[in-house]
Amino acid sequence: MTTERIIGVSVPRKEGRDKVTGQAQYIDDLSFPGMLHGVTVRSTIPRGKIRNITFGPGIEWNEFVIVSAKDIPGKNCVTLIVDDQPCLVDGVVNHPEEPILLLAHPNRHALHQAVAAVAMEYDPLPAIFTIDESERKTQIVWGADNTFKTFLVEKGNVDSVWEQADHIVEAEYTTGAQEQLYIENNGMIASFDATSGITVWGSLQCPYYVHKALMKLCNLPENKVRVVQTETGGAFGGKEEYPSMIACHAALLAIKSGKPVKIMYDRMEDMTATTKRHPSRTRHRTAVSSDGRILGGEIEFVVDGGAYATLSSVVLSRGTIHAGGAYYWPNIRIRAKAVATNAPPHGAFRGFGAPQSLFALERHMDRIAEVVGLSPVEIRRRNFLKTGQTTSTEQIIHEPIDMDQLLGRGLELADYRAKKEQFQKANKTGRRKKGIGIATFLHGAGFTGSGERYLASQVRVEGLADGRVRVLVSSTEFGQGTKTVLCQIAAEELNLPYDLVEIAQPDTDQVPNSGPTVASRTVMVVGKLVQSAAFGLRQTLLAAGLTEEYSAKEFLAACSRYVAQHGELKSWARYEPPPGIFWDDEKYRGEAYAAYAWAVYIAEVTVDLATYGVTVDDFVALQEVGKVLHPLLARGQITGGVAQGIGFALYEKVVWQQGRMANGQMTNYIMPTSADLPAIRVYFEELGNEHGAFGAKGIGELPMDGPAPAIVNAIADALGAPFDSIPLLPEDIFLKLTGQLRPEGSLVPEGVR
Amino acid sequence: MSESRLREISLTVNGARQTIRALPMERLLDVLRERLLLTGTKEGCGEGECGSCSVLMNGSLVNSCLVPLLQAEGAEVTTIEGLAPGAQLNSLQRAFLDFGGAQCGICTPGMIMAASHLLGKKPRPTPDEIKEGLAGNLCRCTGYAQICDAVAAAARGDAG
Repeated sequence: MTTERIIGVSVPRKEGRDKVTGQAQYIDDLSFPGMLHGVTVRSTIPRGKIRNITFGPGIEWNEFVIVSAKDIPGKNCVTLIVDDQPCLVDGVVNHPEEPILLLAHPNRHALHQAVAAVAMEYDPLPAIFTIDESERKTQIVWGADNTFKTFLVEKGNVDSVWEQADHIVEAEYTTGAQEQLYIENNGMIASFDATSGITVWGSLQCPYYVHKALMKLCNLPENKVRVVQTETGGAFGGKEEYPSMIACHAALLAIKSGKPVKIMYDRMEDMTATTKRHPSRTRHRTAVSSDGRILGGEIEFVVDGGAYATLSSVVLSRGTIHAGGAYYWPNIRIRAKAVATNAPPHGAFRGFGAPQSLFALERHMDRIAEVVGLSPVEIRRRNFLKTGQTTSTEQIIHEPIDMDQLLGRGLELADYRAKKEQFQKANKTGRRKKGIGIATFLHGAGFTGSGERYLASQVRVEGLADGRVRVLVSSTEFGQGTKTVLCQIAAEELNLPYDLVEIAQPDTDQVPNSGPTVASRTVMVVGKLVQSAAFGLRQTLLAAGLTEEYSAKEFLAACSRYVAQHGELKSWARYEPPPGIFWDDEKYRGEAYAAYAWAVYIAEVTVDLATYGVTVDDFVALQEVGKVLHPLLARGQITGGVAQGIGFALYEKVVWQQGRMANGQMTNYIMPTSADLPAIRVYFEELGNEHGAFGAKGIGELPMDGPAPAIVNAIADALGAPFDSIPLLPEDIFLKLTGQLRPEGSLVPEGVR
Repeated sequence: MSESRLREISLTVNGARQTIRALPMERLLDVLRERLLLTGTKEGCGEGECGSCSVLMNGSLVNSCLVPLLQAEGAEVTTIEGLAPGAQLNSLQRAFLDFGGAQCGICTPGMIMAASHLLGKKPRPTPDEIKEGLAGNLCRCTGYAQICDAVAAAARGDAG
């Protein structure tokens, strides 16, 4: 291979033309002959026993297909990590909006009234709704002690550091639930016949998760279950696990009715019933020397998992490993716990625990700086992880990362020093206070620890009869550019024009299991496998007589000839763990991730003390992400992630009432519009990465981690008051300031208090 | 659905005259998607917040989920399918493709209709006018930066 021609170039998005013309087919755009429409009847209480179900008057019930837990052919669970979550309630309700019955009818407009006519009588049980209530164990709502999972990370001897400490800095930080709010609601179509079994089409991230769940629920063998991903209108982790539930529901209705059944959620059902980001609470206690060096610390990290185990243990794991961030801790103890409450299960959302624990850490670094009497910049400089040092899981950093240099560049790009000085002067008068804040952090790419080894992902690259090449993976496209980048990688490796490589739509009858599309693993891990499989395909053709310096035309001819002679040309690759990787699942020690991306984010804000509204005026996102394979898509990942991070910090508040989201509409759950966002200035550094395709690292989740702490640090800078909880809405700022300042406090204008 | 309440309602969609027998309160969105099979117009929220169902009606940008069919009687409606003939792309569609304006694509048709409406009113919008003009259309993927780039490029005549 000579110079790279396609890698690093912003080639057109494979499915882009279909998307800009409205031709792309999402699940709700599909309709099958004779198709019924399905709907879910859900619990209205957080916890209790179902005493009686009545089908009320005024509905032609004989026109409906009705499914309950007793219609389930296999095991009544949505298989994931622990089989504790039922597909349909069988007796006991554990959270609001829990699925109890399924109805289907040929006319979708008939469903709403029918759901309203089903009357449930319950014997309510006491329920719990917060981390604190769950920890107090006044009610045991899951297992023996309300605890899904705990982790303990220990490095050095934390107990020895407190005596030598010049400062001990303690604080508690919390983050709220956040809705993924993909613009395409969840939806599935299932069809069933006795010969071919069950087929499901839908909006989803992980075809083989759905496949596994259907096998167990329907009691069908592997080859009688087929899952096809349709064009997916956003996911962000929100379509990692819940699509299995909806697929199971659609399948049950299809089996019972013998007809294809579509279940399409409306916005409120999607927001109130499906997963959100885990609410969290982090407590820090840190020993620091007089010159600002961290001597050691204890971190307690707790997430609210909701009513069932789902993915909480792995979200907790990532949050735990990221809790120490991009700093060197000679001694650290992290105790982490995922607890149960009677809310719908919380789940995957971009960042997967890391945005929660990193919010706490990056706020805490500013607090330490203040206690020690250093600047937020200097406290970070004195504690950055350096090449050769170890993380809190004792992973040695081998890559030549220089966070000091990265921070220096970030400060220059943001004009940090001049602005800091300027704001301090300007803030003495006027009602608009300006501030600037930073967050410096890392994000591990790929599954944690031994995760990739257990997944053992496979990919296939095959030659087609006309000589072109097709990539087959279960990795899904939902906006990130999966299809485009994986084709780029294969084209680069094969030295072919990009247009001669295509990618199959994920369909479990066609594509091998390359693992779930999560954890910023697609480009780095699956991409590397695609590169390897493409290499194998090329070697096969070279062995069959293709000359080394082939033209595209020669390749097409050779490939086409090979397929004609042998019937097929298929090249497989399977994940092999890199040598020297060590991970201890028991002690949570070792190489947590094959690679980390590193970042410096700087936010500039204005707080208006008449309205307490915050505007983000400028945002610098500087990151080292290995090789940038597609600059346009990479920038789009960062700007999109930063926008979600701004929402996480300032706008997106889930209002809970008895475990149910009370503001499950776009009218009252507010995400940023184009008018709310600043220019998001994106910069990359590219150190490369031996574990990723052409040196790539994961990039998707990284931009979710930094915005919230950078913004809240900027607000604290503007107002001279600490804020430790997000979302931070105007009313929260108002309460904090008016509750905290003395009457003569200069920040609050007269008449406001 | 009682037959007696059905009415014949005529409108022009993407230049073609259509007569539809429907309930007068049926949503224009459903008529476009289910009866005319123009599925490029998407439903995101069903309450006029997200703008995914944006279409042009008599030159105005409307959320088709909030328009009862009765209100569209005699109207000229343009959807994403009506922007360019056949497989061709108009300058905005081309710019969305070239500048990364579409990620997951679900907001894209509505966003392009909103942008089309904006450029119709203001052929040379400032960056702030672009942000303001698109503020009724939610996108969760892009952070809007590349959408605004695409609209600016289309306005400059820079697209493909």
